[in-house]
Amino acid sequence: MRAFSQLLDALVYTRSRNAKLGLIAAYMRAAPDPDRGWALAALTGNLDLKAVKSSAIGDMIRARTDPILYEMSRDYVGDLAETVALLWPKREDQPAELDDGSLSLSAVIDRLHGVSRAAAPDMLAQMMDHLDSSGRFALLKLATGGLRVGISARLAKTGFAQAFDLDVDDVEQVWHALSPPYAALFDWAEGRTARPDPEGTPYFRPFMLAHPLEADSVDLQDYAAEWKWDGIRIQIVGTGTETRLYSRAGDDISGSFPEIAEAFAGHAVLDGELLVRGDMQGGEAASFNALQQRLGRKSVTAKMMADYPAFVRLYDLLIEGDEDLRAMPWEQRRARLEAYMPQLSSDRFDISSVIDAPDFEALADIRAGARDAAIEGVMLKRRDSPYVAGRKAALWYKWKRDPLTADCVMMYAQRGHGKRSSFYSDYTFGCWTEDGELLPVGKAYSGFTDEELKWLDRFVRQNTVARFGPVREVEKTLVLEVAFDSIHDSKRHKSGLAMRFPRIARIRKDKPAAEADTVAGLKKLVS
Amino acid sequence: MAHWIEPHPTGIYVRPADAWIDPSLPQERALVTHGHADHARGGHGHVWATRETLAIMALRYGTASGTAVDYGEEVRMGGVTIRYVPAGHVLGSAQIVLDHAGERVVVTGDYKRRPDPTCKAFEPVPCDIFVTEATFGLPVFRHPDTGSEMDRLLVALHANPDRCVLVGAYALGKAQRVICELRARGHRDPIYIHGAMERMCALYEDFGIDMGELRPATGVAAKDMRGHIIVSPPSALNDRWSRRLPDPITAMASGWMRVRQRARQKNVELPLVISDHADWDELTDTIREVAPTETWITHGREEALLHWCMTHQIRARALALVGREDEDEG
Repeated sequence: MRAFSQLLDALVYTRSRNAKLGLIAAYMRAAPDPDRGWALAALTGNLDLKAVKSSAIGDMIRARTDPILYEMSRDYVGDLAETVALLWPKREDQPAELDDGSLSLSAVIDRLHGVSRAAAPDMLAQMMDHLDSSGRFALLKLATGGLRVGISARLAKTGFAQAFDLDVDDVEQVWHALSPPYAALFDWAEGRTARPDPEGTPYFRPFMLAHPLEADSVDLQDYAAEWKWDGIRIQIVGTGTETRLYSRAGDDISGSFPEIAEAFAGHAVLDGELLVRGDMQGGEAASFNALQQRLGRKSVTAKMMADYPAFVRLYDLLIEGDEDLRAMPWEQRRARLEAYMPQLSSDRFDISSVIDAPDFEALADIRAGARDAAIEGVMLKRRDSPYVAGRKAALWYKWKRDPLTADCVMMYAQRGHGKRSSFYSDYTFGCWTEDGELLPVGKAYSGFTDEELKWLDRFVRQNTVARFGPVREVEKTLVLEVAFDSIHDSKRHKSGLAMRFPRIARIRKDKPAAEADTVAGLKKLVS
Repeated sequence: MAHWIEPHPTGIYVRPADAWIDPSLPQERALVTHGHADHARGGHGHVWATRETLAIMALRYGTASGTAVDYGEEVRMGGVTIRYVPAGHVLGSAQIVLDHAGERVVVTGDYKRRPDPTCKAFEPVPCDIFVTEATFGLPVFRHPDTGSEMDRLLVALHANPDRCVLVGAYALGKAQRVICELRARGHRDPIYIHGAMERMCALYEDFGIDMGELRPATGVAAKDMRGHIIVSPPSALNDRWSRRLPDPITAMASGWMRVRQRARQKNVELPLVISDHADWDELTDTIREVAPTETWITHGREEALLHWCMTHQIRARALALVGREDEDEG
């Protein structure tokens, strides 16, 4: 248990992605079987124990310690598992801060698997006596489900792949054919057996991605144009008996959008954009803002599904039945996709239409005139391009709508993380109301060069008027030209506005703050 | 009981001696437990303290008129017999033991019970009124063995030869203790220190605390600090100062590091639970050991300790002293 609890602790304190990968890889190489398999299951969210309810843990600690001291401690620490882990009074003959090594991770899992809900608290208490505070914390997190150490399943799999010099996409392919503690996976990773056969399982295929368009134009003889929709890229993988949805990073998000998974019973792999329908758009795709209500949820309520109904706008067909279409030219795949559409429910699926433009100039006009909230720009796909993983030069281009810009006044600044932890690099900026007040309209932490960051950091330090914890309020004198993809109504902010992907385009040292834009002016840009 | 001693928000007043203990405002006559700024202020008329504490105060506030009191030495003041007894907190730290009218009061200042190579160990003195701190007065605070924390620091250092470990440690006490603990574990390499610590480290060395080779971190090329330990005040960890360091692993030595969220808020990668204050077990064990008729709790999480005293049939009260507890000190 000790190696696993130390890994969790280290992951909690580590900010850099590479360092996290290194920690996971080192653990996967060093830990014994089947501990590391269980750890991989826990890190990827594939361990479903939930033998113990949080309330049972509260009862357990109250029975062992003064309930008032427990409540005071909980108020101070916040997190239940951490409070109990720190507070746990061990038996007299057991040092408080010693993991005696008698419990392996797999022994813990075995016991939690076999236990009834009624017997779980006693068994848990018994195990707690053999662990140190980190071990107790890990145990409680395992027992209640959900580690919450800030890593995604994909990151854990990437760490695993790194440990054994594998390609994470190869790991991904076999992943769903296997189950914890993944003995076959480790056998393959360490060269003892051949690669497990993923046949018949709904595994993730790496997405094909696009480069930003930098040339002035392309020949529409060679390239087809499609809208680039502002939702989230999604892959639908169906085996005929099981359907899974994957995000661009390869995370399984089927649980967040059950209505989509349920509506698809086919045996195929499709690429598309997940969107929600908005009433405002007369049932058309709503802005990304609306989709955000549905993201990052482990389970969804019927109300969420009714208020923000999801659907997928399909781009591509990768596999149909047993036939892999990925090597075919885009035009042929497109024809196959069009032929595939009629068997899908039109409530949940439609096809992203190809833009009909005689030449590039006409396309530019169409793009400039697009006002749909869900359009992020235009995609240009080589008509003969196969579907290949990652970004390959000259095959696909994304041609985003020109960003909107506004001149805003810096109001607050906060320090960044990691390498930027000594720089004030996150800026809140505002625009003027009719009463001559500044209202915050957004926050940005990118877009500037390293030199500009140094300058901004110095500005913040020299112009601080108040401090609120990590936040500094600054003199309202600096104008920042902020670029953003779109702007939407929002109840969350006092200004009633929320920008999509705001970034600092320019520092306008030349412009007096009084001449910055107004909130009323920004409202006219709402899409 | 002990009507001759009065707690005030600005300190504890010893009436027959006409003297204040750790007053937060300038007073004519001040008895000072130790050199941390929330106990030792500048501007007093005359100070009684250990030789070490006086030296620390002189360093921080310039010369002040003071009487050095040795540990164990008895000082008579207006019918009160006063003794300074080691508190184990930092160099020169003392509990002040006051005897008057057949009653004994012990004011601990800040203290800890575990070994510290830079100061004399706490000596429990049985008494009628025990005035204790409660910085870590919650049962979630149990400091682990110092050795295991130092080992984690050295493991991180040796595992990352291209980086450095930047340890945030309070400039008076914690920094020197961490350095001495490293030396005791056989770490012989030079240790780089932040400019704000140089004079305090020199003072410790004047009092015979050997810290091995210390080098100023200022003006050293980043590449020369790779694979080394750098000690700085906690406030410098995320400040511009640290930008010059070679990809530092940010560590912090403090009792607060026991709570994950606290460490994360401070962007700490390597939290080291090393404290100069008594943890919950030390607080409660000490109260049991000195077996006072009454316990006064000066600052910290006094509510929980008060509750513990009540449930153990120990009379207790919380004193609301102002200006105590600088978090960096934990």
